[in-house]
Amino acid sequence: MGATALSAQTQATRPPTLEMRGISKTFPGTKALSNVALKAWGGEILSLMGENGAGKSTLMKVLSGAYQADAGGQILIDGEVIDISNPHVAREHGIAIIYQELSLLPNLSVAENIFFGREPSKGGLIDRRTMRESCRDVLKRLGATFGPETIVAQLSIAERQLVEIARALQSKSKILVMDEPTTTLSSRETDRLFALMRQLRNDGLAIIYISHRMAEVYELSDRVSVLRDGTYVGTLDKDDISAEKLVKMMVGRDLGSFYKHDHVAKAGRAKGQPMLSVEGVTDGGKRVHPASFTLYAGEVLGLAGLVGSGRTELARLIYGADPKAGGTVKVDGKPVDIRSPKDGIDAGITYLTEDRKHQGLFLDMSVKDNVNFSVIGRDARGGGVLNRRKAVERAKSSIANLKIRVASAAIGVGTLSGGNQQKVLLARWLEAKPRVMILDEPTRGVDIGAKAEIYRIIDQLAQSGVAVLVISSELPEVMGICDRILVMREGHIEGQVGGADGPPVTQEAIMALATGVQL
Amino acid sequence: MCSMKTMGADSQIADEKSAAAATRKQNLHTIIQVVGMLPVLILICIGFEFATGKFLTARNISIVMQQASINIVLATGLTFVILTGGIDLAVGAVLAVSAVTAVSMTLTGMPDLAIPLALLVGLALGAVNGSLIAFFRLPPFIVTLGAMTAVRGLSRLSANDTTVFNAALPFAWIGNSQLFGIPWMVIIALAVVAISWFVLRRTVLGVWIYGVGGNPDAARLSGIKVWAVLLFVYAISGMLAGLAGVMSAARTLSANGAQLGMGYELDAIAAVILGGTSFVGGIGSIFGTLIGALIIAVLSNGLILMNVSEVWQLIIKGLVIVGAVALDRYRNKGSART
Repeated sequence: MGATALSAQTQATRPPTLEMRGISKTFPGTKALSNVALKAWGGEILSLMGENGAGKSTLMKVLSGAYQADAGGQILIDGEVIDISNPHVAREHGIAIIYQELSLLPNLSVAENIFFGREPSKGGLIDRRTMRESCRDVLKRLGATFGPETIVAQLSIAERQLVEIARALQSKSKILVMDEPTTTLSSRETDRLFALMRQLRNDGLAIIYISHRMAEVYELSDRVSVLRDGTYVGTLDKDDISAEKLVKMMVGRDLGSFYKHDHVAKAGRAKGQPMLSVEGVTDGGKRVHPASFTLYAGEVLGLAGLVGSGRTELARLIYGADPKAGGTVKVDGKPVDIRSPKDGIDAGITYLTEDRKHQGLFLDMSVKDNVNFSVIGRDARGGGVLNRRKAVERAKSSIANLKIRVASAAIGVGTLSGGNQQKVLLARWLEAKPRVMILDEPTRGVDIGAKAEIYRIIDQLAQSGVAVLVISSELPEVMGICDRILVMREGHIEGQVGGADGPPVTQEAIMALATGVQL
Repeated sequence: MCSMKTMGADSQIADEKSAAAATRKQNLHTIIQVVGMLPVLILICIGFEFATGKFLTARNISIVMQQASINIVLATGLTFVILTGGIDLAVGAVLAVSAVTAVSMTLTGMPDLAIPLALLVGLALGAVNGSLIAFFRLPPFIVTLGAMTAVRGLSRLSANDTTVFNAALPFAWIGNSQLFGIPWMVIIALAVVAISWFVLRRTVLGVWIYGVGGNPDAARLSGIKVWAVLLFVYAISGMLAGLAGVMSAARTLSANGAQLGMGYELDAIAAVILGGTSFVGGIGSIFGTLIGALIIAVLSNGLILMNVSEVWQLIIKGLVIVGAVALDRYRNKGSART
C-alpha cells in the first residue's frame, strides 16, 4: 500500500493541521451535533464515517462556514483558534470542500472555474495568460487529459471532480474535504481518484474523506473517525480498522451477519408466473440495444453492470420515462402500450429513480404530500377533492412501517437525512401497490441502518408476490438480495448469473460479464 | 430522535431546553411564513390613518377594496401560473380584449352572451399560450411577451381602434351595485380568491400544480401529466383576465382597445411577489397574493388621501414594493427562494 505518511509519534509532537473541539449545532427540534471533536494532520487521509443523519455533513458545513456552530466550540488551524463566520474565511484558511453535487459553472472554461472569484489581474483587466499557464501547471500535476480552455459542460463527472481538486490546489488549500466523491464514478475512475488522493496526501495535504463504502474506507484511510447521532464515537488507527469494528461503532450495536444475510432472507420466496416480459426493448441503439428478459412474480432480479452500461436507460424505457424505438412489454402476460410514466403506473409498474433529489422528491413539500403524491388521484373524492384523512393515514402508516425518523408528517421532506428521504420515496411507490417495482440504486447515499431496512422491505415485497428489479452498482448488494442477476455491458444484456439455469453467483462471474474480460 | 442515554443528566436537560427553544423558534417561523405580509399591510393602514385621519372609515375601506378587486382577480390567475415556475405577461391585453368583447356584444342582438363570450375569449387566449408552453416547450416569458403585443393588436382591432361605449350596459350592476352594502366587485374578487384557495389546497390538481413547480422531472416520473397542468394554469389565468375585463367594462360602461389594461400585468406580478410566492415555482399561497394586492391598493389610496402628487405616488409605490419584499426575504433568510 506504500508508505503511510506519518506515525503516532509525529502526531504527538506536531499540532494537527485541523482541530475541531466541542462543536455543537442545534436546529429547530433537533440537536444535529453535540460536543464533537475531530483532528486531522497534514499528510494523512482521515475518513469520516457514520450513518446518514449522524452529523457528518453538518460538521463539514460548520467547517466550511455554511453553518455557524453553537457557542462554546473551537476550530483550530495549525494550533491557532480561528473564527469561521462565513465560507470566505474558511477558504482564506486553506479549507476546501468538494461536495457530492459539484459546484462548477458549466458554461465557463476550466481555467475560469479554477480562478473564479480570484482572477489574476493586470491593470484592472483579467490576466488570461497567467491564468492559463498556472492552470495548465495544476492540471498537469493532477494528470488531467484536458486543457484550461475546455468548457466544463463537456467534461465527465470524474473530470469535473479533477477541476474541483485543481481549484483547491490552486488556492493553496491545506485541508481537502471530499464528500462521497465516488458515488457517481466507475471503478476505473475511482482507482484513478484514489491514486491522486494518495499523491496529494504524500504532498502534505490533510484529506478528510467521507464515504459509506466500507471497502474504500478500508483501502484508503490512515485513520477513521466515527460519528453517531451527532456525537463523536471514536477514532481507529490504520492497523485497527476492520469492518466489524466500524459497523459496531456506527450503529452502536452488533449487526452480526449483515453482509451474509442472503440465503436466510431469500428462503421464504416462491417464484410465481412471469410478471414482466420485456422483448426487444431498445432506444434505437443509442444507449440500449434490443433487450429481452422475463421477471417473475415473487422474484428479486438484479441488474448489474458498470455505470453507463445502459441499466438506468433500459429501466426508463420499460417504465415509459423515455420513448422506446422498438420492442414490447407485457405485464402479467398482457401486452401493454407504455408511452409515459403514467401509462407505466397504470400498467402496475413503478420506478424509483437513482437521483432522489432531482427526479424523485418534492423538497418543498411535506412528508405527507410526498408519500401520497402518486395516489392522491386514486384516493380523491368526487371532483378531485383531496381525501385528507386518507392521506394522513397513509403517511402515518408509512412512517411507522418504514421506520422513517421524522417528528411529524407535516415536516418538509427537505430537512430529512438521505436515508429517511429515500424511505419517503420508497413509501410513495409502495402506496401505489405495484405488481412490478423497479428500484434504481435503492441504497445510494443511505446509511447502514436504513440499508438493512430497505433490504427487509424488498424481501417482504417479493414474498408478497411483487416482481422486483434492482439496479445497483454495489456488487455485495445485488449478490446479497437478488435471486438472479442480469449483467449489462455497453447497452447489451451480456448474460445471467444465479437462478436455476445460470452459473453460480460470484463477484468474478459478474465482473467478467460487466467488463467483457475473463478474470 | 437522537439517543441521549449516554449523556449526563445535566447535559440532557440542557439539550432538551435548547431543543424546546429551537422548536419554539420553528413555530414562530411557521407563523411568520403563514401571515406573511399581513403585518406590513396593517402597519401601512395604521400609518395612513395617523397621517390623514380619514383612512380607516367604512366608506374608504370599501373604496380601497373596490379599487383592488380587478388586480386581485388578475393576480390570483397569475399565482397559479407563477406557482408552476411560469409567468403570464399577457393578462393586461387579454383583459382589454375581453372588455371590448363584452361591451360590443351588448350592442349587438345577443347581449346575454356578452359575459360568457368575454370569459371564453380569455380562456381561449390563455389556452393558446398554455399550448405553446406545454407542447412546444417554449419559454413562458417569451410566449406571453409575444402574446401581450399580439393580443393588444387584437383588442384594438376588435374595437375598431376606438372606445366602445354602452350607456345602458345590462351588466353595469357588477361595477356599480352592492349586496348588503358590499360592492359586487369585491364579492366577485373574494369569491375568486376563495375558490382558488380551495383548488390549490384541497384538490388533487392543487397538489399537482405545486409539484410541477417544485420539481417538474419528479412530477412527470410520478405519473403526472405535466402538460395538462400547464395548460390548465395558463387557461385559468386567461379566463380570470377575461373576468377582470368584464368587471372593468361594468365599472366604466365602456372599453378602450388601445389603453385599457396597459401595465396591469406588472401590478398583478407585484402583488403575487409581495405575497411571498416564489418566482421559481413550488412555494406560495393565494392568501399571500390577496395581501399583496391589498398593499398596492392601500398605497395608491392612502397617497391620494395625503395629496401626494402622481409622480411621487409612483416613486413611493415602487420603493415600498422592493422594500417590503427585501424585508420578507431577510426575515425568511435561508428558506425563501426568489
